[in-house]
Amino acid sequence: MLPAPIAMHIPDGFLSIQVSIFLWMITFVVIGYALKRVGADLGERQVPIMGVLAAAIFAGQMLNFAVAGGTSGHLIGAALATIILGPWAATLVLTCVITIQALIFQDGGLLVLGANIFNMAIVGVTVAYMVFRTVHRLAGGRSWSIFVGGFLAAWMSVEVAALGTALELAISATSPANIAIPTMGGIHALIGIGEGLITVGALAFLRASRRDLFKSSETTPIRGGLVWFVGLILVMLLAVASPLASRHPDGLMWVATQYGFVNSEQNPIFKLIPHYLFPGVQNKPMATILAAMLGTVIVFGVALGVAYSRRRKPSSGDNE
Amino acid sequence: MHVHFLDPYRSRNSPIHRLNPRIKLVLTVVFILTNTLIPTGAWPVYILLFALIFSVELISELGISFVLKRSSLAIPFVLAALPLILTVPGKTLFILPVGSWTIHASYPGLERFISIAIKSWLSIQAAIVLAASTSFPELLVAMRALRVPRLLVSIFGLMWRYLFVLVDEATRLMRARLARSGQSEIPGAKTGGSILWRARVVGGMAGNLFLRAFERSDRIYMAMVSRGYDGEARTLPLPGIRPAHWVLLIAGLSLLGLLLGFAYLFWG
Repeated sequence: MLPAPIAMHIPDGFLSIQVSIFLWMITFVVIGYALKRVGADLGERQVPIMGVLAAAIFAGQMLNFAVAGGTSGHLIGAALATIILGPWAATLVLTCVITIQALIFQDGGLLVLGANIFNMAIVGVTVAYMVFRTVHRLAGGRSWSIFVGGFLAAWMSVEVAALGTALELAISATSPANIAIPTMGGIHALIGIGEGLITVGALAFLRASRRDLFKSSETTPIRGGLVWFVGLILVMLLAVASPLASRHPDGLMWVATQYGFVNSEQNPIFKLIPHYLFPGVQNKPMATILAAMLGTVIVFGVALGVAYSRRRKPSSGDNE
Repeated sequence: MHVHFLDPYRSRNSPIHRLNPRIKLVLTVVFILTNTLIPTGAWPVYILLFALIFSVELISELGISFVLKRSSLAIPFVLAALPLILTVPGKTLFILPVGSWTIHASYPGLERFISIAIKSWLSIQAAIVLAASTSFPELLVAMRALRVPRLLVSIFGLMWRYLFVLVDEATRLMRARLARSGQSEIPGAKTGGSILWRARVVGGMAGNLFLRAFERSDRIYMAMVSRGYDGEARTLPLPGIRPAHWVLLIAGLSLLGLLLGFAYLFWG
């Protein structure tokens, strides 16, 4: 019943602390700005509209259709939200969805939440917005551009977000770049097609029933010069870094080591007593066995305590 | 049908449930942070961290099988780290000839892979205990206390309120589709039209859901305004923290700090 975990929600433990914190900082700034922008646009309607639409995107991720061999395509919603709501509101809505998925449903980690928001709500939305606007402009605002642009925006947003995820994993040295990037890119090139088709279907429905929703997004001039700039840099960075990284995985590792991303094992911060493990214990297996014994004693003690307190509770209830 | 079973919160009367949500949230995040920072291959520290989280699970009365079942959610992602066994250079574990190629697996690679898998497993358990022992309103209070922007907290609150309504709506849409389209008992028999057609149908459903949500948000806004809403999120003052909970916070933080220091001292 739960939305199927998409390979893009990174769990805790897969990103290095430096990557996590760096992406948290970017995410923090963007969300702060998005809150201000959307607040200026929607005013006091902000809370109900954002809240209910975030719930709708979450629920919409349950909708799926059978493709072949037991696999199914389903909606992620970044492009759809971007086209209907605009980039800032879409960022906010997706941030809410991703946060709730991590906090309540453990779909993605808590410490890496910043990275997950960055990939899907910031990169995904930025790419979708840029692609959609570009197609729309090239087509001179003709109606078919909504569908072509919608499909391309959906496909690109999924693909670029996946490449970003793979690159972060590679920089964290948890997945070799020459395997992670082609694999993530390949899988999501397929997932992106499903996403694109559903997005086009949804746009067709919305256009037939509520043309006014599009009118507002068509007539507003592009104000997000910043979005374009950041988006262009992001796309170029990924375009250059991904093939480079997949051809020279060691090169990326080298860069990571140079900038101190991967320092936890190469350069120990301090190594005071290198030959001892536990004080007085001379070898590794011994320390592991000791820790296991200590751990067992702790858990056993706690279990006894819990059992004792539980046994006492009903008897005190009987007395009353 | 209502989908209340989506909510992972399980009401119990354990000390973990009674712990101040702010402190629970902070301790959970610091536990995950510690996990992430522990160097590769510090097995004794992993064991002690596991003993810690396992004890918390026992005290929380959530049921070990419940936590373990949910923690399997992170398993598919472990695949992403699997190639490390083959790419990290170091002492050879085994060599597999595949045609003209040889696959070279190394001990450091295996060590790194297992470390990542254990770290993510320990982290997800902490997150599960947090979500299962803290009700959503309590989490909102905790977020507010930890200075998450007020507006964002209100949006989270409203989203949670209508999540179940909209998931119900999505379920109804899917049931309607099931009722419209015949499904053959014969496996492999074609149901519905081509993939394109099926995708368009789902697209229509998604658009429908979106539109209903949009119109619902309008009605909700009107209802809020008619009850005096003016864009300001007014909340009750934050409840205080009991001294015992402060002590627990400090004890927890120092224990995790101690384990981290230990790990760096001997395995860093």
